[in-house]
Amino acid sequence: MSFNFSAPATEDTEADSAPVVTIDKPEHVTKTERGEPVTFLEAIAEALFEEMVRDGHVFLLGEDIGVYGGAFKVTKGFIDHFGSERIIDTPISEAGFTGAAAGAAHMGLRPVVEMQFMDFISPAYDVITNYIATSLYRGSGPMPVVIRGPVGGGNRGGPFHSQNVEMAFFHTPGLKIVYPSTPYDAKGLLKAAIRDDDPVIFEEHKGLYRAPQLREVLPTEDYVVPLGKARQVREGSDITLVTYGMMVHRSVEAASTLQGEDGVSVEILDLRTLLPLDDEAIMDSVRRTGRLLVVHEDTRTGGIAGEIAMRVNEQAFEFLDAPILRVAAIDAPVPYAGTLEDYFLPQTHDVVTALRYLARY
Amino acid sequence: MNDPARADGPRLAADLGKSDLLELYEYMALARAAEDRLEIMLKQGHVKGGLYRSLGQEAVGVGSAFALDRRVDGTGDMIAQTVRTTGAIFLMGGTPLQYFRQYLARSTGPTRGREANVHWCDFRKGLLGPVSPLGTMTQVMAGITLVFKQTGQPRVGLAYAGDGQTSTGAWHEGLNFAAVRRCPFVAIVQSNKYAFSTPIRLQTRLASFTGKAAGYGIESRSVDGNDVLEVFEATRDAVARARDGGGVTLIEARTYRRLGHAQHDAQEYVPREEIEEWERKDPIGRFRERMVREGWALESELDALDVAARERCEKDAERAIQEPAPDAEEAVQRVYEGLITSVPWTRLPEPTPRGAAI
Repeated sequence: MSFNFSAPATEDTEADSAPVVTIDKPEHVTKTERGEPVTFLEAIAEALFEEMVRDGHVFLLGEDIGVYGGAFKVTKGFIDHFGSERIIDTPISEAGFTGAAAGAAHMGLRPVVEMQFMDFISPAYDVITNYIATSLYRGSGPMPVVIRGPVGGGNRGGPFHSQNVEMAFFHTPGLKIVYPSTPYDAKGLLKAAIRDDDPVIFEEHKGLYRAPQLREVLPTEDYVVPLGKARQVREGSDITLVTYGMMVHRSVEAASTLQGEDGVSVEILDLRTLLPLDDEAIMDSVRRTGRLLVVHEDTRTGGIAGEIAMRVNEQAFEFLDAPILRVAAIDAPVPYAGTLEDYFLPQTHDVVTALRYLARY
Repeated sequence: MNDPARADGPRLAADLGKSDLLELYEYMALARAAEDRLEIMLKQGHVKGGLYRSLGQEAVGVGSAFALDRRVDGTGDMIAQTVRTTGAIFLMGGTPLQYFRQYLARSTGPTRGREANVHWCDFRKGLLGPVSPLGTMTQVMAGITLVFKQTGQPRVGLAYAGDGQTSTGAWHEGLNFAAVRRCPFVAIVQSNKYAFSTPIRLQTRLASFTGKAAGYGIESRSVDGNDVLEVFEATRDAVARARDGGGVTLIEARTYRRLGHAQHDAQEYVPREEIEEWERKDPIGRFRERMVREGWALESELDALDVAARERCEKDAERAIQEPAPDAEEAVQRVYEGLITSVPWTRLPEPTPRGAAI
C-alpha cells in the first residue's frame, strides 16, 4: 500500500484564487438604471447581474465566461465584480459542468449554465434528460438549474453554430423551455427562470442579441415575465399566427403586408415559453379566427407545429375553417453559404405566402 | 468514524478500537443479510425488478464509508452509492427497512415507488442516489463538492464507480472538473473484474485503474478491496487530504463480483474456479477469522452480530411486504413543482380530449 505521487505540487491555481472585487458594475448592465435603451443581449446581462446581486445562491458556470466574458460578452466584467467562485470558467466539458450544476442545485444553489453555443448542449443531453429532468420525480429534490445560450441561424455560422435545440428537449417531461423575442421578455423571463424551481432551457437567438431596432427602455424596477404565458403581439380577427423567437419579427412584417395589401387581419401570439405550452392562449385565439398558421425557425419534422396542431385538433377542432399550416426550416443541417442558408430558413415571403393561402382557403 | 476519540479501550488495528472493529463487521454482516433476505423475497415474488448484489464486495462500501464524517442532519460527508455498496448505505444511516421498501416499490419507500433498488437520495444522511448512467454521478458529486469548497463547508464527497464507469466520458469530465477545481472529492473504483459481462481487459489497457490518475494530476492508491481495514485506512487518508484542501484522490479497490450483474445473469462467461477462488477470499470470512485470531473479538460476539442482522432484516422485510403500493394516479404528480401533468383523457369520468393540456 503506497501512495502514487503522480500529482503536481499543490501551488495555488487560478481555480483557487480568492474572489477579488475590482469593479462596481460592468458598463453594459447599467443602461436601464441610466434610462437608456438596451439590446436583447444587454437585457440578458442585466437579468443575470441583478439576480446574482439579489440572491447569493445564484452563480454562473460555462466556458470562457470569466476573464473573457463569454463568446458573446454577455458576462463581460462579471468576474471582476463577483469573483471566480461565482463566475466559474470550466474545462470544455458540457456534460461535466452541467452535471456539476445539478450537484450544486442539490446543495441549495441556483446555477446558471452557459452553453457557448446551444449546438454544444448535445454532450449534456444525458445528464439533462436522465438526471436533471427526473430529479424531482425520483424524489431527489428540485433542480433550479437554468441552461442558457445562443441559438438560431442567419449568421452564416454553419451547422454547429446555428441550431435551434428546443425539440431535442421538448419531449422530456420535467423540463421547461423558454425562447424570448424581445429585450423586455428576455430579461423578465430569465429572471423568472432563475427563480423557478424547475430546470429551464433558455434559448437566446443570436440574431436578436445586438439588433438595433429591438433596443428598448426597460422598467427600472425589478420585474419578471411569468413562464408558461404567451404574449399577444398583434391583435387580429382573420388568422391566428403562433410563433416565437426570431420568427416573431418576420411574422410581424408578414402580417403588416397582409393588412396593407390584402386587408387580412392576422393575430400573432409569441409563445415565449414552449414548455409548458400556453394552450389557453392558442385556443382562445383560434376559436375567434378559425385559422391557424404556426411559424418556427426550427426544422420542420418533429417541430413544435406538429404538437400545436394536435392540441388544436383535440381542443378546438370544430372552430377550424381551414387546415392548420406551418412554415418552418427545411429538414437539413444548417448550411453555411448565404444562398443555402437563406433558402434553408423561413423568410418573410414564406410567411406571406402561407397567410395568403390560408386567407383564401 | 464520527469521532475517533470515542473508540473504547486500546487501539487494536488501523487506529481503531474494539467497538469500531465490531461495527465494521456488523455492517458487512447487515449488508449481506439484507441482500440474502431480498433474494428470498425475489423467489417469493415480492421483488419485481432486477436484484443487484454486493456479495463478496461488502468490505469496499463498509470500509470506505466508515472513514467518513457520518451525520444525519445534512452537515456530514456524502456518498454516491451504487448497488455494490449496500453496506455503505446502511452505515450512512439508510436502513434495511428503507432498502426493502424501495426494492418492493412501496408507497412508504424513499421514492414512493418511482425508482428502483438503491436509487434514492437522502441528503440529510449524505446519500446521493444514482441514475443508471452511472458516470453522471461523478459529475454531480463534483458539483456537490465544489459547493462544499466554495462555501467553506468542511465536507467531503465520495463517489463509487465500477470498472465500467471509468470508460465513460461522463466519469472523465466529472473527475477532471473536480481535479481542476481541487474539490474535496474521493473517487473509489470498485474493480470487480466485470462490467455486466465485459472483463476489465476489454475496458482498459491499464493494469491498474490508478494509472488513470496521472491524466488528472490527482493522487491515487490501490488497495485489497476484500480487506476492510485496508480500504478504511486508504479512504481515511484520502478523506483527510480532501478535507485539508488537498483535492481529489482515486482509490482502486480490487475485489470480485461473485454473482452475475443482476439476478437474471447466470454468469456463464465466468470460469467456475475463478468464483471459487474468490469465495475463499470472502471479505466477511477473512475479517471474522482475523478478529478471532488476533483476539479482537470472540466467535460468540460475531455470531451474535450475524444473528441480530438476520433477525432485523427478517422483521423489516415482513413489515415492508405488508405495506401498500403507491396509488396509480400518483404517476402524474411531481413531474414539476406546482404543475400537474394531465391524466389520459380516456380515464376521465366523462372522457373528453378537451382537457389534454399539460
